[in-house]
Amino acid sequence: MNVIVCIKQVPNTTNVQIDSTTGTLKREGVESIINPFDEYAIEEAVRIKERTNGKVTVLTMGPPQAESALREAIARGVDNAVLVSDRAFAGADTWATSYTIAQAIRTIAEYDLIICGKQATDGDTAQVGPGVAEMLDIPHVAYVKKIEEIKPNYMKVERMMEDGYDIIEMPLPALITVVKEINTPRLPSLRGMMNSKKAQILQLTAEKIKAEKDNIGLTGSPTQVMKVFSPPPRQGGMKIDGSPEEVAETLVSKLKGSQLV
Amino acid sequence: MDYFLTDEQKMMIDLARKIAREKIKPVREHYDEKEEFPWPLVEEMAKADLCGVYIPQEYGGFGAGVMGLVLVIEELCKVDGGIALALAATALGTFPILIAANEEQKKKYLPEIAAGKKLAAFGLTEPEAGSDATAMRSHAKKEGDHYILNGTKCFITNAGEADVYTVFAKTNPDRGARGISCFILEKGMPGFEFGKKEKKMGIRASVTRELIFNNCKVPKENLIGKEGHGLIIAQGTLDASRPGVAAQALGIAAGALEEAVDYARTRVQYGQPIASFQGIQHMLADMATEVEAARCLIYQTAKMMDANPGKRTTKESAMSKLYASEVAVRVTTNAVQIFGGYGYIREYPVEKMMRDAKITTLYEGTSQIQKNEIALSLIKESAGKK
Ligand SMILES: Cc1cc2nc3c(=O)[nH]c(=O)nc-3n(C[C@H](O)[C@H](O)[C@H](O)COP(=O)(O)OP(=O)(O)OC[C@H]3O[C@@H](n4cnc5c(N)ncnc54)[C@H](O)[C@@H]3O)c2cc1C
Ligand SMILES: Cc1cc2nc3c(=O)[nH]c(=O)nc-3n(C[C@H](O)[C@H](O)[C@H](O)COP(=O)(O)OP(=O)(O)OC[C@H]3O[C@@H](n4cnc5c(N)ncnc54)[C@H](O)[C@@H]3O)c2cc1C
Repeated sequence: MNVIVCIKQVPNTTNVQIDSTTGTLKREGVESIINPFDEYAIEEAVRIKERTNGKVTVLTMGPPQAESALREAIARGVDNAVLVSDRAFAGADTWATSYTIAQAIRTIAEYDLIICGKQATDGDTAQVGPGVAEMLDIPHVAYVKKIEEIKPNYMKVERMMEDGYDIIEMPLPALITVVKEINTPRLPSLRGMMNSKKAQILQLTAEKIKAEKDNIGLTGSPTQVMKVFSPPPRQGGMKIDGSPEEVAETLVSKLKGSQLV
Repeated sequence: MDYFLTDEQKMMIDLARKIAREKIKPVREHYDEKEEFPWPLVEEMAKADLCGVYIPQEYGGFGAGVMGLVLVIEELCKVDGGIALALAATALGTFPILIAANEEQKKKYLPEIAAGKKLAAFGLTEPEAGSDATAMRSHAKKEGDHYILNGTKCFITNAGEADVYTVFAKTNPDRGARGISCFILEKGMPGFEFGKKEKKMGIRASVTRELIFNNCKVPKENLIGKEGHGLIIAQGTLDASRPGVAAQALGIAAGALEEAVDYARTRVQYGQPIASFQGIQHMLADMATEVEAARCLIYQTAKMMDANPGKRTTKESAMSKLYASEVAVRVTTNAVQIFGGYGYIREYPVEKMMRDAKITTLYEGTSQIQKNEIALSLIKESAGKK
């Protein structure tokens, strides 16, 4: 089985600072890491490889610095790495990002499965995985928490739901996005770290992936950002104290009082 | 201090640190408390390729020599001095193979040890033969294609958990020190059993048990080197492994020092952090200086060994172990002192470090025995001068 993993390099912070004039992320002085959800994607891909004897290719669209994320993925057991990088990609929204990644995947390889993280901790949209699948016209399942079975042209997965999980069978090639319940990512190995230092990284530009100019970067992005802001913290609210019975009674009477029930 | 380590060596330290902090630290109390063998952590070390750092690449290891082993052990022991012993004692049990085994034996045993699929152990000590190994009673008698082994070893680290054992027994009791031979035993050989498991003061995540040989049939292919060469192999092994024990001591001491500095900065008495008292500062200064001196001695010894394979380093190995282990006992005791009453409470990490440190002055030769070795080397060197 050959697996492609899409990863994104994100700032190592949960509290993303936004430049109010340009509406872009403030990245200065913040360490870059692999999007935490993508670590689960990498681990799952490496496990599939170990079970079925294939290759894992990791791919990212990003600036040249994103190479360090690719090298870290190699240290964790990935075989090949692809950096999709071009000034023309700058300013891409989720649609243009998905298009670009899909074009890159078409360019590089035969694959049985594509794995993405559930979402990126900076952009947070959770749209890119499904977007890529649509562009490639292959089936996808998001929020996968377990791969029950995988064999040529067939896969059975568990999709996490709010109240349990779905069991889904699907043909391959396909795309899944994974949640953190799926595995515990391993640490790098010494051999992996040595490989990662030496590894050749395939560089792909807009021209090499035969991308349509009008579909990439800022020009290719249908979304227009009007304003980017941090929502104000939620205001106080009301706290009801007491024994469970008292709390329930007060709550119901308040709701009734406001004619909400 | 900058030791001008290579990128590769820095990488090993980084990785060992990650494992120590992310995997070992959260569970170290559990293993100390329950005295369980830390198999899940051995698996982590195996996956990270740490089990074979000192084994040459041709046998599936990483080929980083004694220096590689020392760096990894130190880093792991900063967080826990017991768990890393699964790896360190495996190295001890593996050195006889590395030093004196034939190609066939090396090919058979080293790759699985390097991959962390099998652990090893070293069986020298007996109830009546501790410091004086030549007093051993275990006995191996040749019968056709086999040796028939009888006797009991005690205090064997990794016993029962390891698959590969390098064991010493007398093949010719009349020849004393020259009548001892070294064998490779495998768990499961008929007549090879494990005895009582010891309850210990420290390093409680490590297992210490008896090996019992009851007419155990060992194929003659499992003799390492020649009959009668056992004691030389044991001495060569201890030369190679003592820097490892020293690194264990160094790691424990460095870990305790770090805890002590952090604590001294945050604990307030008489309205100020205790780190502002000169009495505490001087203690910390002594601790730090001794830790650094131990590190210099160990790294330099390890480099010397790696640069001259086969050359004996008895004196330097003994010095490293003697100094680092005594430093570990002093530094951990003072760390407890700096923590005050809290240092004596199990919820805080330093009391365990103090318990763990003590073993390093005892096994692989007590401090007195290290001094004997050092002095003997001095006398030999002096007599050798014309
Ligand atoms: C300040 C700011 C402004 C933005 N402005 C716009 C905008 O105007 N319009 C708009 O639509 N979007 C906008 N975005 C979102 C931006 O386009 C996304 O960061 C990007 O498209 C990826 O989407 P995401 O971060 O939500 O990733 P998600 O969709 O949450 O990521 C899911 C998974 O997709 C994969 N993935 C995501 N990105 C990549 C990548 N570059 N390379 C490889 N794999 C990847 C990973 O596996 C990841 O786990 C903005 C984001 C920020 C932070
Ligand atoms: C936790 C643990 C793990 C161990 N693991 C192993 C293992 O994996 N493999 C193995 O083979 N052994 C192992 N040992 C055994 C260890 O190496 C011995 O305990 C050690 O060598 C000391 O021997 P002894 O206990 O018989 O002490 P003794 O030799 O009886 O010594 C008692 C005291 O006398 C002193 N003494 C002895 N001779 C002299 C002398 N000539 N001059 C001055 N003082 C002297 C000693 O320094 C000591 O203070 C382990 C021991 C322990 C406690």
